[in-house]
Amino acid sequence: MKILVCISHVPDTTTKIKFVNDKLDTNGVQFIIGPYDDYALSKAVDLKSEKNATVTVLNVGKPETEPTLRKALAIGADEAIRIDADPIDAYFVAVQIAEFAKQNQYDLILMGRESVDFNGGLVHGFVGEMLGIPSLSPCMSLEFVGERTVRATREIEGGKETLELELPFVAGCQEPIAEWKIPNMRGIMTAKNKPLKVISAISVENVLVHRNFSLVPERSACKMISVEELAELIKKF
Amino acid sequence: MSSTLSKRPIKGGEFLIRSTEAHEIFIKEDFSEEQRMMASACKDFIRTEIEPHIERMERLEEGFSKKLLQKAGELGLLGISIPEEYGGLGMSFNTSMLIADVMGATGSFSTTYGAHTGIGILPIYYYGTEEQKKKYLPKLISGEWAASYCLTEPEAGSDANAGKTKATLTPDGKYYLLNGQKMWITNAGFADLFIVFAKIDQDKNLSAFIVEKSFGGITMNEEEKKMGIKGSSTRQVFFNDCKVPVENMLSTRENGFKIAVNILNVGRIKLGAGVIGANIMVMNYAIQYANQRKQFGKTIGSFGAIKHKLAQMAVCNYAIESAAYRAGQDIEDKIADLEKNGLDPIQAKLKGTEQFAIECAIVKVLGSEMLDYIVDEGVQIYGGMGFSAEAPMERAYRDARIARIYEGTNEINRMLMVDMLIKRAMKGELDLMSPAMAVAQELTSVPTFETLDTSVLFAEEKDLLKRLKKAFLMIGGKAVQSLMMQLAEEQEIIMNLADIMIQIYALESMMLRTEKLVAMRGEHACQAQIGMVKIWADGAVSKIEHAGREAITAFTAGEEQKVMLMGLKRFTKYNPVNTIKIRRQIADMLLEKNEYPF
Ligand SMILES: Cc1cc2nc3c(=O)[nH]c(=O)nc-3n(C[C@H](O)[C@H](O)[C@H](O)COP(=O)(O)OP(=O)(O)OC[C@H]3O[C@@H](n4cnc5c(N)ncnc54)[C@H](O)[C@@H]3O)c2cc1C
Repeated sequence: MKILVCISHVPDTTTKIKFVNDKLDTNGVQFIIGPYDDYALSKAVDLKSEKNATVTVLNVGKPETEPTLRKALAIGADEAIRIDADPIDAYFVAVQIAEFAKQNQYDLILMGRESVDFNGGLVHGFVGEMLGIPSLSPCMSLEFVGERTVRATREIEGGKETLELELPFVAGCQEPIAEWKIPNMRGIMTAKNKPLKVISAISVENVLVHRNFSLVPERSACKMISVEELAELIKKF
Repeated sequence: MSSTLSKRPIKGGEFLIRSTEAHEIFIKEDFSEEQRMMASACKDFIRTEIEPHIERMERLEEGFSKKLLQKAGELGLLGISIPEEYGGLGMSFNTSMLIADVMGATGSFSTTYGAHTGIGILPIYYYGTEEQKKKYLPKLISGEWAASYCLTEPEAGSDANAGKTKATLTPDGKYYLLNGQKMWITNAGFADLFIVFAKIDQDKNLSAFIVEKSFGGITMNEEEKKMGIKGSSTRQVFFNDCKVPVENMLSTRENGFKIAVNILNVGRIKLGAGVIGANIMVMNYAIQYANQRKQFGKTIGSFGAIKHKLAQMAVCNYAIESAAYRAGQDIEDKIADLEKNGLDPIQAKLKGTEQFAIECAIVKVLGSEMLDYIVDEGVQIYGGMGFSAEAPMERAYRDARIARIYEGTNEINRMLMVDMLIKRAMKGELDLMSPAMAVAQELTSVPTFETLDTSVLFAEEKDLLKRLKKAFLMIGGKAVQSLMMQLAEEQEIIMNLADIMIQIYALESMMLRTEKLVAMRGEHACQAQIGMVKIWADGAVSKIEHAGREAITAFTAGEEQKVMLMGLKRFTKYNPVNTIKIRRQIADMLLEKNEYPF
């Protein structure tokens, strides 16, 4: 079984974010595998032993994302692919992934439900559509019930939905699909001997135009009142 | 590593009589992506396996620490620099220092980990026979077994060789029977293996044994009630006719003290690395608190008094980081050099570490004292919350205190560094005499003042460093000359000399690290680091001036005293720097980053 795991390269969630000239100041910022992507990767690594799967990890990014890919190799992915581009938006990333996946025929494509930088949560849906296969998100569990049949649960408004579907499909993952894995030291040492291939991006038409940005309106001051006052105020209201 | 290619070999203690170039030292910023990834995985381990369960650890919940050791073993954290054939990773010495650094943030577990991987495992690795290594190391490195080290006894603490535990051969010549009492034994509560030091028959010196718990005849007292590191097991251990097969003796008869001393060298420098993780944890809490807590309508981080503390904490940690990793690499390079010259790898490791015993002691003392400063100010920045057992500072404060006591008290380490230096000079291994004599001459000649090109980075500090070394040589040389054998009895003077050595080593290490960083990143990007060096230099000058004056006054008189005090003044001259301004700049940077960023 061949699994593709798509990971984002994002600032550590505890980083103090600063902007210089409207761009993220990456100086001193620690980058990590997107936490949701980490769940996807952990699930894939579990399936390696369970289903004898091979795991390819992919990122669309510039060379500075390679340490993040190597960390994924240390955690247990077998090979890494970097599609060399500075991603513009979710559509751009999805086109690159879909193009790569088409050529390599994966049984399962896993990624996080969203990246934690822009939190778009769109790529899995786009990729499924582009490949003409189902996609679901946020996927909270994923068990094989047959050779190619999977039972998955996804979070829906106010509850959980259990689905049964056939490979191949795309899933945007979140906890508790698998337990996060800490790379072990030996994994880290072998990571440098695993293949990390760089391939060029294909050109993508720009489908998204940003008209303007605005900040969230500042929250107005909040005044604490006593219960007695509350009754008064309601009456007045 | 390219950075150390053109390094000139240096001997332990030699830093006092020669200069070093920036490219010759290893700095924390030199760690590779792979080493950083290891450190980061270790942080993940702490975040997921330790932090959420601190309470359980601190209560000494049955089996908890042992389980943690096992998990650390699964991740490969227990044998970083032990060869792969024994289950280790075969990584460099400084990699194991880096992991010790990160582990330092775990308080109690850092001691559990240090005892297991250091004084527990290393005696077997360094002194064991091939059979002993094959039999025990894989079990210990995987975490299946936990190790402890039994040297200290009720009557034998600092004076470790005074131990009374006895080993007597059984009539069939197959076993040693161990009898005696050990005290303050880390990991005792759950250890499967004990490295035990005992005297055979009427021997004067200790021998060492590998003792399995299952040999029997081992009993224990309850857990000690301690001030800090409450989550690390510490017990008295009693040996009552504990039957140890003769093949479990480590090394040769009466070689135990030597083993203890050599293992402690590694323990000391690792402890120095271990404080770094604790420092950073405490600083990050303090910085974040200073950014949040408001009084008088402002965050407390905006107050100069708090800025002073934050900046000084950073300076202290920068000092120990610079010293520890520099010394670590010096050891590693020496080992490589000895191996290249045909020494077997184990001998090379022992000799290489021993060569830098002075630096190991310096790093231990400096590290533990920097940690104490940092936790103390950490509590202060937290105010009342610093005193609350619900907030993290209180535990950090208590946990820190042990570092000045174990692995040789700081007094013993101070004596050791001076003693060792003098011995090396006597043996002719280090030529301290000629430079000391040159300094003595300089005292009575007309001073020449070089004009410094102050546009060069650290021109003044380099000049100062040279003179501080002269101050040391002047006082040390004179003390040896006039007190001779009696110097050993004049401990106060020895403490003064040790303090001067420590200040010099720290200043030089910080300065060289910063110079190397400037070469990598440019001066503009290293303003804070440059500032930290100047602050240390300013402090070192007054500390050395004070220690020097005290020493000189104690053993000289009349004209000679006057000349030396004048010399001291000259040697400790440093143009005033506006340390208040520099500290504010450093503090502002810490507050902006909301963490220790170096
Ligand atoms: C929590 C904890 C864990 C420990 N873990 C271990 C362990 O795993 N294995 C082990 O073997 N030991 C362990 N120890 C023991 C530790 O190494 C000793 O406590 C330490 O070496 C000091 O010995 P002591 O307590 O007998 O103090 P003492 O030697 O009695 O020292 C008391 C004071 O006198 C000073 N002093 C002693 N001799 C001199 C001298 N010649 N000149 C000047 N001053 C002197 C000391 O510096 C100190 O300030 C541990 C101790 C503690 C508290």
